[in-house]
Amino acid sequence: MGVPTSVSSSAAPGLDLDAIRNDFPVLHQQVHGHPLVYLDNGASAQKPEAVIQMIADYYCKDHANVHRGVHTLSQRATDRYEGVRGKVRDFIHAESTNEIVYVRGTTEAINLVASSYGQAFVGPEDEVLVTEMEHHSNIVPWQFLCERTNATLKVVPFDDRGELILDRYRDILNERTRIVAITQVSNALGTINPVRDMIAMAHDAGAVVLVDGAQAVPHMSVDVTALDCDFYAFSGHKLYGPTGIGVLYGRESLLDAMPPWQGGGEMIMQVRFDRTEYNELPYKFEAGTPDIAGAVGLGAAIDYVAGLGLDLIDEHEQQLLAYATARAAEQSGMRVIGTASDKAAILSFELDGIHPHDVGTVLDHEGIAVRTGHHCAMPVMEHFGVPATVRASFGLYNTHAEIDRLFEAIDKAQELFGQ
Amino acid sequence: MSDLRELYQEVIMDHNRSPRNYGSLEDANRTAEGFNPLCGDQLQVYLYVNNDAIIEEVRFEGKGCAISTASASIMTETLRGRSAEDAERYFQAFCALATGDGERFDQNLDLGKLEVLNGVREYPARVKCATLAWHTLRAALRDDKTPVKTE
Repeated sequence: MGVPTSVSSSAAPGLDLDAIRNDFPVLHQQVHGHPLVYLDNGASAQKPEAVIQMIADYYCKDHANVHRGVHTLSQRATDRYEGVRGKVRDFIHAESTNEIVYVRGTTEAINLVASSYGQAFVGPEDEVLVTEMEHHSNIVPWQFLCERTNATLKVVPFDDRGELILDRYRDILNERTRIVAITQVSNALGTINPVRDMIAMAHDAGAVVLVDGAQAVPHMSVDVTALDCDFYAFSGHKLYGPTGIGVLYGRESLLDAMPPWQGGGEMIMQVRFDRTEYNELPYKFEAGTPDIAGAVGLGAAIDYVAGLGLDLIDEHEQQLLAYATARAAEQSGMRVIGTASDKAAILSFELDGIHPHDVGTVLDHEGIAVRTGHHCAMPVMEHFGVPATVRASFGLYNTHAEIDRLFEAIDKAQELFGQ
Repeated sequence: MSDLRELYQEVIMDHNRSPRNYGSLEDANRTAEGFNPLCGDQLQVYLYVNNDAIIEEVRFEGKGCAISTASASIMTETLRGRSAEDAERYFQAFCALATGDGERFDQNLDLGKLEVLNGVREYPARVKCATLAWHTLRAALRDDKTPVKTE
């Protein structure tokens, strides 16, 4: 079959892919006798040596509990942990480190807001608005909230390309809407949503907005101040950092007004049996010993990504997406699911007559790691009338040659299944 | 590709393309529903079990991968006309076959066509696809209304 050559250009100038790939030890291995092609970055990205070494360095030299002791190691651990908070603030362009709360990941960040903000500011006549393309982690916490408060969950639909229908969004927004929770980039479809406009519309209606940035942060520069969002959530592990650490950004005035979520050490100022006084921001929301090493590793990941430049990463990934999309159009029996005009580097697809799970096994056999399944977005699958899709999600270290390998393996799957 | 053929044997491909005993059963007296939340597979097993505890009729329908569809299809062929007690022995034997657990294997049982699914033991992520229909069948025999999950 014809392979479009016009888009098979090399990487963006400035991104040295050979050097980058050498930074990631895990990429250099064989799977089922083939060099690994890792295209499951949307689920979790691999870690550069700099992150792995930073965590080892922290444990080898400086580990102790944070904010606890007068001894030297505790001070060093605190300095490293708090230093990264400043890095995160700069990375997402927040105004203050008081607005940067460490959490386990995006899921915990959303649960925190749904529980704390929800409990304080959402009541029986109120509405919470999500979209049809949300990850389950940006649906279920809001369902919990609605069950507890008798508020109503409203859903903004998307069209057959996977773009949100903004007219419907405008119609659904009203003076009872308290919270709008939207993903910046769809994990199942790749759609990049016009969140800045959507935030402005929500604010006009008097609602606050939480943006799920899990799939956005690895691919594009994020500026929470320019977006004017109220909450922004993301995970470290999709950003080439460790698992178990993530960030909730919250507008300081809102975080101030919110009750604490979990109780324990660290989040208190004074504890008496008749009355406990809570700590200041952001510690009010960080009960218990945090994932200190995770935060330190996240700092190294931010340095790594920022060092390469998110603009160059985005440019490279857009070239990969354009190439993969062009090849998909040439491939018979292949249907791309999610064809929005503005997309991040995610290619969700199905092959005629072959269940995605079988495609996944054949691809794995060729050394290619993709995600198959519903991608924790069952309403998206339902919209397209499929039980599951195959998803190739690209990261900064992927190459055009790896996309060629993907399509060779797709050929083999189609041959095996006689399609 | 050669060892992939050991997983996707021709018999499996055939049952995937044209599953036997596919569709609902109007006079079923036992039914159960099974899910594989990992991949979104979903299937329904319908049985007509007579007063002597013989499975007179068994059918299935649902959406699944080649492994789960073929497994369900071959299961219906294997079990039609057998007793509920036999079905339990086949269930145990098939799970042992799929997981490669030799200790549970019943040497006295001829698995026949079910043997084609023994390739899944090399693919731990796929074992649940092969056993979903069987777990669902077992729930139907026990008249368990809670949907079966393989997770």
